[in-house]
Amino acid sequence: MIPTAFDYQRATSIDDALAKLQAASGGKLIAGGHSLVPLMKLRLSEPAVLIDVARIPGLSGIKEKDGKIEIGAATTHREVAASALLKQVCPVIADTAIEIGDPQVRNRGTLGGSLAHADPAADYPAVMLAVDAEIHIKGPQGWRKVKANDFFQGLFTVDLAPNEIIAGVQFTPIKSAAYAKLHQRASHFAIVGVAAAIDVKGGVFQSARIGLTGAGTHAVRLTAVEQALAGKPATKATIASASEAAAVDEVNSDIHASDDYRRAMIKVFTRRALEGALARA
Amino acid sequence: MPATPVLPKLVGQRVKRREDPRLIQGRGTYVDDLKIVGMQHMAFKRSDIAHGRIQSIDVSAAQAMEGVEAVFTGKQIAEFVAPMPIGTPFPSPDHRALATDVVRYAGEPVALVVASDRYIARDAADAIVVSYDPLPVVVDPELAMTGKPTVIHEKFANNLAVPLVPSGTGCTPDGSVRDDTAVDRAFAQAELVITQRMVNQRLVPNAMEPRGVVAHYEQGKDYLTIWSSTQNPHILRSMIAGMLGMGEHQVRAVAPEVGGGFGAKINIYGEEYVAAAVSKRLGMPVKWIEDRAEAFVATTHGRDIIGYVELAAKRDGTVLGLKMRLIADIGAYNMLLTAAIPTLTMLMASATYDIPAIRTTLTEVFTNKTPTDAYRGAGRPEATYFVERAMDMLARELNMDPADVRRKNFIKADKFPFQTQMGAVYDSGDYAKALDAALLHSKWDELKKERDAAQAQGRLVGLGLSMYVEVCGIGPSATLPTGGWEHANITVERDGRITATTGASPHGQGNETTFAQMVADQFGVAFDDVTVLHGDTAVVKQGIGTFGSRSQAVGGTALHMASTKVKKKMAAFAASLLEASEDDLVFENGTIGVKGSPAASLKFQAVAAFAYIPVPLPRGLDEPGLSADAYFEPPNNTYPFGCHISMLEIDRETGEPTLLKLVAVDDAGHLINPLIVEGQIHGGLAQGIGQAMIEEAVFNEDGQLVTGSFMDYALPRATDFPHFELHSTVTPTPVNPLGAKGVGEAGTLGSTPSIVSAAVDALSGFGVKHIDMMLRPEKLWRIIHGQAPRQSSGQGPRPGSGQGGVA
Repeated sequence: MIPTAFDYQRATSIDDALAKLQAASGGKLIAGGHSLVPLMKLRLSEPAVLIDVARIPGLSGIKEKDGKIEIGAATTHREVAASALLKQVCPVIADTAIEIGDPQVRNRGTLGGSLAHADPAADYPAVMLAVDAEIHIKGPQGWRKVKANDFFQGLFTVDLAPNEIIAGVQFTPIKSAAYAKLHQRASHFAIVGVAAAIDVKGGVFQSARIGLTGAGTHAVRLTAVEQALAGKPATKATIASASEAAAVDEVNSDIHASDDYRRAMIKVFTRRALEGALARA
Repeated sequence: MPATPVLPKLVGQRVKRREDPRLIQGRGTYVDDLKIVGMQHMAFKRSDIAHGRIQSIDVSAAQAMEGVEAVFTGKQIAEFVAPMPIGTPFPSPDHRALATDVVRYAGEPVALVVASDRYIARDAADAIVVSYDPLPVVVDPELAMTGKPTVIHEKFANNLAVPLVPSGTGCTPDGSVRDDTAVDRAFAQAELVITQRMVNQRLVPNAMEPRGVVAHYEQGKDYLTIWSSTQNPHILRSMIAGMLGMGEHQVRAVAPEVGGGFGAKINIYGEEYVAAAVSKRLGMPVKWIEDRAEAFVATTHGRDIIGYVELAAKRDGTVLGLKMRLIADIGAYNMLLTAAIPTLTMLMASATYDIPAIRTTLTEVFTNKTPTDAYRGAGRPEATYFVERAMDMLARELNMDPADVRRKNFIKADKFPFQTQMGAVYDSGDYAKALDAALLHSKWDELKKERDAAQAQGRLVGLGLSMYVEVCGIGPSATLPTGGWEHANITVERDGRITATTGASPHGQGNETTFAQMVADQFGVAFDDVTVLHGDTAVVKQGIGTFGSRSQAVGGTALHMASTKVKKKMAAFAASLLEASEDDLVFENGTIGVKGSPAASLKFQAVAAFAYIPVPLPRGLDEPGLSADAYFEPPNNTYPFGCHISMLEIDRETGEPTLLKLVAVDDAGHLINPLIVEGQIHGGLAQGIGQAMIEEAVFNEDGQLVTGSFMDYALPRATDFPHFELHSTVTPTPVNPLGAKGVGEAGTLGSTPSIVSAAVDALSGFGVKHIDMMLRPEKLWRIIHGQAPRQSSGQGPRPGSGQGGVA
């Protein structure tokens, strides 16, 4: 790769990273580099300084605390995919991670990097919506928490200022959740990816959260489907009927999939994700 | 006393590649690993539009950068680099290494920076400002043939590079005589005619190592050394010498480790000529390494041939005649072998069948795209695909088993050598044997039951079968502009170790291993006592190169001949020492012994030593030493063949295809190393499956390669494949003493049509007769869900694809 010239600094703590970001003009945080480096290679991104956060102590790792799961921003996809804890208490997260890219990408790419970059076809945003994750962010003014639902705002656009850093995510684990994805065969990003988390009691859908990625500019909740499920019998028939409501207004169209096809696939993969979730309920 | 170890016979054994430990551990030396004191780095400024007139090039900012040694525009390069030569006899427009006034594809170089490091060179290239007057762009060859909306090369009306070459029954080889009587009669007698337009789509070769070149002109010696990631260093030397006005004795070309080529590194590229010329002009060594984004647009592409196929047959399945009208989209320029590649599609139009009347025509068309040239299989996969898909359509129309319709039309085993209507003389073959082996090993009848049972459950499962025959071991000198022989040298060193050189410069074929196996067996010495050198014209005296599945059949034979010569001389030395007849000597286990006299034997090494201090020189020998050259001029090409069977399932809801099974029976004659042969077949299958299922170079209407990175161009991965089930039959060739035919490209021939036929079989319930590659899920989903094909951006599915007809 032949990018433009840049300086490289390694941050030792979150505060150190923030200080370095503040001091540098045109600085960019880098962790696994699997979104940023391809852009630098094509010179579509030309940061003057790279501040490496991948080795900040405590920024990576998966732990359970007070009934909630916390995943550090610098945790690699591979670590998430292989986590015994997640497989036990919230398997949809590990299932999603194993579907990302290829082994090289999973070995380097990180959760925080994926969320900050917010590729419209990235996998994690869908599942973050489905588990109703809270994203923990630190900036010059201190800590703040943003719900995934408010975080993803547009094409490569999230609620994160250039002088802030994602520290991690926190969510209540849920077993009855699943991710279903139509792979783009070159990049293995999602043409359509749907993560569904359901709450079933007494054979009835109490509630559902469904996150969709790949279809539009950014990941969104499929609220119409969520509403169509609520209070209905927890059956495949209910799922099939509710999935018909899976739709978004603006749908991407490219050589891999036209908008017509994507619209049809949103319904198919919503149903598949819900069926997967139901099998775990 | 320990027993003397017995050396194994190695030919036919699964010897592990001796190349692999260094390559896998990252210890190979590639072009980019070379460093020379004072070496400068080159970067090209490339056109970002597909067609336009250069109005101005502002290099001032680039020139002002610290570390920039020189900047050249295309016009400046043209002052000392002539238009690039091609290797085919067709007329060709002037093609400058860098565009001088008009750019004709996106990625064409327009200027060049030479700088002290690669990053500065790239920064400076980015700082060059080029302004263009855009011209209309044409990316559709059938539109380009009308001369609209643009003519790319002034003197080539209607963008016709090669206007119309008829061949086959009733035609003379030069196309000057054309008698259609027999072909017309075949079609008049036909009880049915299968007609189909098929697209063999454009592919990007994507070698793991992109191209690279280092040129070092030494003024004091008036000598140029060029290192390049090429398949044919000797051809490179000749071409560079010619372009620089130097003698071939003043140029050394080296292909160090070459990380794949797939045909795209046969061509001698503008970057190579320019590196050599700039090194000479500046008196400095220069390096250029292609990056991946450049490789996508600046290294030749493969395939991109449309075939209008008509197959005339009787209702019992007998094929009476074939017409194939080919339109090859060769992109913006004619490269070294570009124009010749589609002629191989014509040559192989008879496939494995005894077709009494064939007419093929070929039109090669310029478009505003990256030029095409050889890509693994180079013209033969296209022929196989067109004919095998048509045979499959015939079988389906007649409700015959696809194996039966093929068997009915095979060239029978007792008819070889067999001259087809296309003029090819197939050396040897037993197609029924390969078909039977494939049916047996795939358990064809059970597979059909499995498919039927799956279909009864509503699953979309299909089976496909394809035969193939390929022209390999290329070839007699009459068929190649360079000559078609290969050269080798064998030297038994003073210590009894053996150095072999071969002009068949490998780039992944494993010749260091297979050739050492052959030589070790021939001399009865240990494998580790044989070294095979290649890829350096200062070491390997002559050579042609590795392409057209020729290195074993032609290069291996040359080596065999050189070994035979040296062995004969060595026998004369040994005979004098042993006081025995040369005819009674046995070379084995590192000794030379006398048949029937176990006590009388000499160490191989002792005889070698004697050959270099022969006191006295044995009677009958004029010279000391143990070294010999050989050239092998093959009397004919070889024609390996086989049968590939696929089973495929398509997801009814999403259209996603999954390859469930692939059984390949390949007949490449005698195999030197079955492990390496299987590796070659695996690689070929990967690329054949890639073409069928996931690979496609897509250009938009502006001539931009939409699939210009691995984000959008899918390279097949291990997870895309089932376990390959490989089998072989052995039908030796009489063309060379090894009986070996060549196998490097075979995997790309049979797999592709068998997979597409399996997809058509899976979707036959929806009335589909043909599906163009690649098997894009949306395309299949539209068939399943009754949605009309849709024009995507670029050249997606066209109206009419999938609408095969029967007249």
